[in-house]
Amino acid sequence: MKNKTLLILILLFFTFCFIVFFKGLKNSNIYIPETAQNKDLEVFSSKDLFTGTQVPFDQIFINSDFYILNIWASWCLPCRNEHDLLMQLSKNKSIKLIGLNYKDKSKNAKKFIEELGNPYSIIITDKDGIISIRLGAYGIPETYIIDKNKKIIKRIIGPLNKKLLKEVDLIVR
Amino acid sequence: MLASQIGYYSLILGLFFSFLIIPISVRNLNDNKIIDIKIFYLSFLQLVLVFISIGGLIISFTNSDFSNETVYNNSHTTKPLFYKISGTWGNHEGSLLLWLMILTLFIFLFLIKSKNQPKKYRILTLLFQQIIITGFFLFVLITSNPFNYLFPIPKEGLGLNPILQDPALAIHPPILYLGYVGTSIIFSGSLAAVVNNYISREWAKHIKSWILASWIFLTIGIMLGSIWAYYELGWGGFWFWDPVENISLMPWLCLTALLHCILVLEKKGALISWTVILSITTFTLSMCGTFLVRSGILNSVHTFANDPSRGIFILIFLFILIIMSLVIFFIFNKNEESKKIYFFSKEISILINNWFIMYFLSVVLIGTVYPIFLEVLTNEKISIGPPFYNKLITPFLIIFLIFMSIGPNLHWVKSKAIKIKLQLIILFIISLLISFLILKSVGSKNLVNTLLISASFYLFIITIKDFFVKKSFNYSQKLSHFGFSLLILSILLNSIFSSEIITNLKIGENFTFKNEVIHFDSIEKEKKENYESIIGNFRIEDFKKNSIQLKPELRIYNQPVTLTSEADIKISIFYDKFLVMNLVKGNEYFNVRYQVKPFMIWIWLSVLLIAIGGILSLYKKKNEK
Repeated sequence: MKNKTLLILILLFFTFCFIVFFKGLKNSNIYIPETAQNKDLEVFSSKDLFTGTQVPFDQIFINSDFYILNIWASWCLPCRNEHDLLMQLSKNKSIKLIGLNYKDKSKNAKKFIEELGNPYSIIITDKDGIISIRLGAYGIPETYIIDKNKKIIKRIIGPLNKKLLKEVDLIVR
Repeated sequence: MLASQIGYYSLILGLFFSFLIIPISVRNLNDNKIIDIKIFYLSFLQLVLVFISIGGLIISFTNSDFSNETVYNNSHTTKPLFYKISGTWGNHEGSLLLWLMILTLFIFLFLIKSKNQPKKYRILTLLFQQIIITGFFLFVLITSNPFNYLFPIPKEGLGLNPILQDPALAIHPPILYLGYVGTSIIFSGSLAAVVNNYISREWAKHIKSWILASWIFLTIGIMLGSIWAYYELGWGGFWFWDPVENISLMPWLCLTALLHCILVLEKKGALISWTVILSITTFTLSMCGTFLVRSGILNSVHTFANDPSRGIFILIFLFILIIMSLVIFFIFNKNEESKKIYFFSKEISILINNWFIMYFLSVVLIGTVYPIFLEVLTNEKISIGPPFYNKLITPFLIIFLIFMSIGPNLHWVKSKAIKIKLQLIILFIISLLISFLILKSVGSKNLVNTLLISASFYLFIITIKDFFVKKSFNYSQKLSHFGFSLLILSILLNSIFSSEIITNLKIGENFTFKNEVIHFDSIEKEKKENYESIIGNFRIEDFKKNSIQLKPELRIYNQPVTLTSEADIKISIFYDKFLVMNLVKGNEYFNVRYQVKPFMIWIWLSVLLIAIGGILSLYKKKNEK
């Protein structure tokens, strides 16, 4: 008798696991890039890299018509390559460049910025990668162009190049 | 094209053989004293068919036959032959075919190696294994056929991801799979033994070789993966607690527990139900790993994006197997555990060891699947990183290590009086002192680290002592335990003493780091078969003017166009010097990352020692017969 209840309980537990996994499978599509375009940005807040203070969502996205959110890390090789282009992009005053520092040591990240210059008007940190997952990021570097209604209008997977930069200019104009 | 066709049809024929074997074995189950010879032939033919099928895929790969979709997606004409072949299992479809091959290979080996076992038990094992095999045949054919035909035939393939073009990674999947799939025999065998009421000391003796074999392959397979991550990914680490790594660790932990538990069954006939549960769990975890990796359900930015329909198939199959084994276990398992177990005995220490391993296992399991559960139930997304594992595992590892040092010195059944030996205490104090001194020399005062180092030193010293003092002892067990203490020690010392510097240098410049100077002398360019390489010549000079050369490389692969950086590592007994360089675009500067990592080689050596311990034990078993 005791055995039977135990068996039923275990079976119930596994059924529960099954349902969760089954639902999880359905969820897993959210990482496909296209769906992230023309979508409202999810609200998030994070710590500033330099000051360590919590910055709320409204203060990250403030005072600009266009925002460019760039996910980067000091250990990421292509990020280093695209950095020059970001520096160029930062000269465009109609854009606010936001850096999202992905799974990085803050010491290394700061050094990276010291070395190569800081194109961003604010750098927020994503120590455990949650924000990037929420954004639906594939990997890094990845860049999002966001309009003033906080809608993602374009998403660039991988490092920027001159051609993409021109596209960005066209969008922002 | 022909090879691909032959491969496809032999795969279908292979499935058909399963449908033949199953009814014949069922009929044979009750009517005869000996196994029907047809079963042997059919199993052998099925194995041959799967071999032909995988051979067909390999030939398609070596001939760069792009009418085959798998080849098109994962190969390229300029790829070296070696990577064309390893590309066969470097992708989803091919790796499943490999999985299938090992499944059929193992059941055939089982049939010819188990002649002394009862007939009913052998046939039941075959039946359970055939259920798994049928499932995988269907899975390959329905959701991930490696022989899909492409028309018009593309001229060129898409190429294999360059980071997978590496010798360690070429042999990593087959070896890991031998370990993973080896657990299927343990699963089928234990279910058959439960049905047959044959869980006994003889059974334990017989199944132990299978456990050992899968355990050895799994250990080496995990090590190869870790070595690859260390020098190819260029992050300078060897274990990242990434979900994909955790998935290979979980069956290993379970198998390790089973390996210890089967000893108790073999020697004392105790822990029967527990052994069966562990056998079932181990294989379930391997399957669960396949599901998690192959379905793309994991909440990690680094998983292979995949088709959810595959996930659903494995998920359903996985739960059918779980439910089947649970029902069988509850219906047939009538073994009452009545043996008295004394507190100070080997049995108890092994049981304690099992509890600890189960704890480690649940930490890893929860860390891996919790994000999935949370996302489904609350829509919240999280990712679990190394601090979680470090915090939950380290404190218990200390106690685990101490038990590991004392346990093997206890006797079976009963150690009469608790003679707390002075020697054991003195040794413990010595290890405490050593670790205290080590940490003091770096200026770290972390209590947990001190205790962890002393605990592993303790195990280290005790196993060494036993090598010399005791006359009759268990070589294999001592060697593995010694390897384990060495592993923990080297991981700890490695993490405490590692140092690194990242800087930008141009040719001719140098940089002083601690008491060494890094000179960047020159660069060379070379053109290879499927990539171009830029090699940097670096010279590291210490203050005594001893210098070493390091030549990190940047590779620009042609297909797909990818830039990878190959670290150069100078390995020596006490430390590895690791140098990797990256390009800074539009600049004559190179970004240089230099790391000194102590005791790296000891990490690999100690894992090898652990595995060698297993091999010795397998060898010893053979000689006993």
